[in-house]
Amino acid sequence: MRALNRKLWRDLWLMRGQVLAIAAVIAGGVATLVMSLSTYDSLVETRDRFYREYRFADVFTRLKRAPDSLGARLAQIPGVAHLETRVNAVVKLEVAGFYDPITGVLSSLPDSGEPLLNTLHLKRGQWPAPYSTDQVVASDTFADAHGLEPGDRIHAIVNGRRKALTLSGVALSPEYVYQIAPGAMFPDFKRYGVLWMGRHALSIAYGMDGAFNSVTLTLAPGANAQGVIDRLDDLLAPYGGVGAYARRDQFSNRFLAEELKQLRTTATVFPAIFLGVAAFLLNVVVTRLIATQREQIAILKAFGYRPLAIGAHYLGLVLAVTLTGVAGGVALGAWFGHGLANVYMEFYRFPTLDYVLRIEVVAIALAVTVLAAVAGTLLAVGRAMRLAPAAGMRAETPVVYRATVLERLGLQGWFAQPSRMILRHIERRPVKSALTVLGIACAGGLMMVGNYQRGAIDFMVDVQFRQAAREDLKLAFIEPTAGRALFELAQLPGVRHVEGYRDVAANLRFGHRHYRAALYGIEPEGVLHRSLDRALKPVRLPEAGVVLTDHLADNILGVKPGDRLTVELLEGERRVLQVPVAGVTRQFLGVSAYLRRDALNALLREGDVVSGAYLAHERADAPALYARLHERPRVLGMVAHASAIASFYDTLGEFVLFFNMVATLLAATIAFGVVYNSARIALSERGRELASLRVLGFTRGEIAYILLGELGLLTLLAIPLGFLIGTGLCGILVIVFESDLYRLPLVLEPSNYALAAGVVVVSALVSGALIWRRLGRLDLIAVLKTRE
Amino acid sequence: MAVASPQCVFRARGLTKVYTLGEVQVHALRGIDLELYAGELVVLLGPSGSGKSTLLNILGGLDTPSGGEVYYLERNLSAADEDELTRFRRDHVGFVFQFYNLIPSLTARENVAAVTEIARAPMQPEQALRLVGLGERLDHFPAQLSGGEQQRVAIARAIAKNPAVLLCDEPTGALDSHTGVIVLEALEKVNRELGTLTVLITHNAGIAAMADRVIRLSDGRIVDQQRNADKCAARELSW
Ligand SMILES: Nc1ncnc2c1ncn2[C@@H]1O[C@H](COP(=O)(O)OP(=O)(O)OP(=O)(O)O)[C@@H](O)[C@H]1O
Ligand SMILES: [Mg+2]
Repeated sequence: MRALNRKLWRDLWLMRGQVLAIAAVIAGGVATLVMSLSTYDSLVETRDRFYREYRFADVFTRLKRAPDSLGARLAQIPGVAHLETRVNAVVKLEVAGFYDPITGVLSSLPDSGEPLLNTLHLKRGQWPAPYSTDQVVASDTFADAHGLEPGDRIHAIVNGRRKALTLSGVALSPEYVYQIAPGAMFPDFKRYGVLWMGRHALSIAYGMDGAFNSVTLTLAPGANAQGVIDRLDDLLAPYGGVGAYARRDQFSNRFLAEELKQLRTTATVFPAIFLGVAAFLLNVVVTRLIATQREQIAILKAFGYRPLAIGAHYLGLVLAVTLTGVAGGVALGAWFGHGLANVYMEFYRFPTLDYVLRIEVVAIALAVTVLAAVAGTLLAVGRAMRLAPAAGMRAETPVVYRATVLERLGLQGWFAQPSRMILRHIERRPVKSALTVLGIACAGGLMMVGNYQRGAIDFMVDVQFRQAAREDLKLAFIEPTAGRALFELAQLPGVRHVEGYRDVAANLRFGHRHYRAALYGIEPEGVLHRSLDRALKPVRLPEAGVVLTDHLADNILGVKPGDRLTVELLEGERRVLQVPVAGVTRQFLGVSAYLRRDALNALLREGDVVSGAYLAHERADAPALYARLHERPRVLGMVAHASAIASFYDTLGEFVLFFNMVATLLAATIAFGVVYNSARIALSERGRELASLRVLGFTRGEIAYILLGELGLLTLLAIPLGFLIGTGLCGILVIVFESDLYRLPLVLEPSNYALAAGVVVVSALVSGALIWRRLGRLDLIAVLKTRE
Repeated sequence: MAVASPQCVFRARGLTKVYTLGEVQVHALRGIDLELYAGELVVLLGPSGSGKSTLLNILGGLDTPSGGEVYYLERNLSAADEDELTRFRRDHVGFVFQFYNLIPSLTARENVAAVTEIARAPMQPEQALRLVGLGERLDHFPAQLSGGEQQRVAIARAIAKNPAVLLCDEPTGALDSHTGVIVLEALEKVNRELGTLTVLITHNAGIAAMADRVIRLSDGRIVDQQRNADKCAARELSW
């Protein structure tokens, strides 16, 4: 078979342009597959190791206050392996030279030794000295954002008293892989920090001496998590427990799980498109190759080569192209994977991210690709195997052309001869032309998928912060407070408007479905915090009943306006009430239930009480206002929207940039692969015809028009189809990625469409230019001398 | 027949071939009876469409008849399946066609090697090429050879496996008279030196002079057979 192998390599070399173009498309598919799967593996591996080695708890709960003695009883609950009680305090932090409000969480550590559960990974420095009164370990995101190092000093306002703290170390915690302030929409590493300090010192400062307000535990193997949670809730109810939840519902872990789900989706949707296109290209190219080599196949058979040998020969060619693509794709995918993993490390903090590229992932990529390639070419190869040697020796009968639909409609007068040739050629091969259009359209669609997130996020931010939550500052009081506190806030410098809110944790039940959400009592006439209807118009809250986030109503609870919801309040007397659903509100971030504040006050059997306030203020007065609020002991958390959004976009920028780069590269590869291959095949099929025209006196421009005009037309047809495919794909992704944490709206901006069309057009132009060069080298004599 | 008569290689009886094209039936062969003997050089003459190629293809196992029987020695080709025909071609037949049908991506030597690699007792590709006078052009690609040279490579390819029969379908059809003679000389030499039964289709009655036997076909039937009493050398031909 040596001579035949040599033929294979020479054929490949002759077709190197096409081979590379197809291999690049395959590489694109393999790269996305390898990138997503390897990053997925790496993140799962890293997460699991972090959780295991740092003893991440299985069940979490918080409560108002319980005596230390209760801890021993909790540990007796059947199914509990290890249980640890803690003191957690939400505080205000001060970092020298930074004037925005910072919310902090101070979490207790045992006074000596490491915690039993959720222990820390020290990046720098050390644990606080035993029984130290002022040493803390800071989360690395916060420390890095402010450039804090062990030995540096910051201040915390704990229970209204300013306390100096010294950093002993900087650490990561499995509990805070994804860090976001309670009530905030985005991570903001400068304005939210987690600190850990000795239990004794924290209890004294926070007034929790001899008590705890947080419990975490791990389950014994085989234990029933729900049973343990129920028992825990029963025991903690008298102490203001707000309901325990499993690791699955732990905030940081949930965010991570959602991200991993998205990676898995990426690992299927994108490679499927690429490999589909690659299979189509291979089919077209191999079919053409076999057609041009009919006589060679016939002669090989005449001399006694068996059909299997012929089939193996062409499959070998397909596999050579495929393997080139897979090799390139694995390398590219590993490179992308590294990049993506590093981008993830910005959001998700792990001690180290060990990038793993499992051999199984490569095997999957190889298997899937070979399958697609072989499936795409089996028909053509089979035809080569079946070709009767005597038939192969005769020239193929001239293809039958017909007058096109346009001509049959009597419109031929509108088209010159070359244009008619274009139309006839397209019409003669409707399936192939349609697939070419589809292939190019996929490139455009892919480009849109790579870019839609930016527009969606812009839209989401606009709706959330300029239409729904329009306050400049949201603040929380240390505990529910009389409504007149709002008047004092209104007197502060620069404050233009104040609206109070009351929020309470609640379990919402409907039938067998339930969900734990915050119940927000807001001002019905509010101008700062409003509820939007499905058309995003502000609506007035009704007198009675709750308004639910659309996702909560439609997808989680399955309720409609008019249904009666069971609301179990998790605070105060823990009343259980029947409340009608009055309406549904559109919201992209989080899920909540809204009602009028006075209605919530009534449900809680309290007077005019607020949990916090929304403020609008003059921008110029911000520093003075922040300073005054900072001094007020009852004011606890503060979230300034503008700065939170800005910092979010900073981090997001890198993410979006990375995806844009990858998507552009991949979409361009597909568009180029399809257009270039179609053009090369058209050239091979019609080289004779075009050369004859040249001999008859047509110019290079005129024959280029005949050849490239067809592709230009197909490309133009592909662009709107690409818009459709892109919109559809984005729509699917939006639905697949929906979660109660956030829902991306499907918002496609003119720039999305323009970019998609742009990449397609540029790729088409580049292939056109390459073909133009070839047309210049068209050998008129050779073409006419030989028999086709 | 005399005891000394040479071995009968092909024997055809009532051979017919019908092509069905939709409604239309084309009778390419209408009953051929024929014997071909070892070492013979046979020329097939006949107008276009008379069935020459069809007959040659059936003899060479490229095609199967619609009716009648054809034997290669003891082997019934008309009853053979695709696999047996492939083996038959691989082991016994060499083909030469009008349009050379070389593999353009392989050199002269490699084109020959493609066949010798699967043959049972082949000669060296170089030897076959020297036999047709191309010992100097071993590493040239088809595109770098003239038509006559390409056809001689095709002959070298056909004879390199030492076939029992050499079937040539208009080997000089695409060549001028001078080049054609060179190609015919190569065939003649193979026939003489290796004793290969050679069947040669041509439109050119002048070439018939170099044959041992001339068979004329018309409309799918053999209309005339002549034995050449004094055949002349290919070198002396011209047209
Ligand atoms: N595959 C086919 N399908 C239909 N008809 C065929 C086929 N092959 C040959 N024929 C017909 O069979 C008849 C004999 O063809 P064949 O090729 O044997 O003629 P030929 O004598 O070789 O002619 P030429 O000298 O032109 O090569 C012709 O009428 C031809 O049209
Ligand atoms: Mg013929």
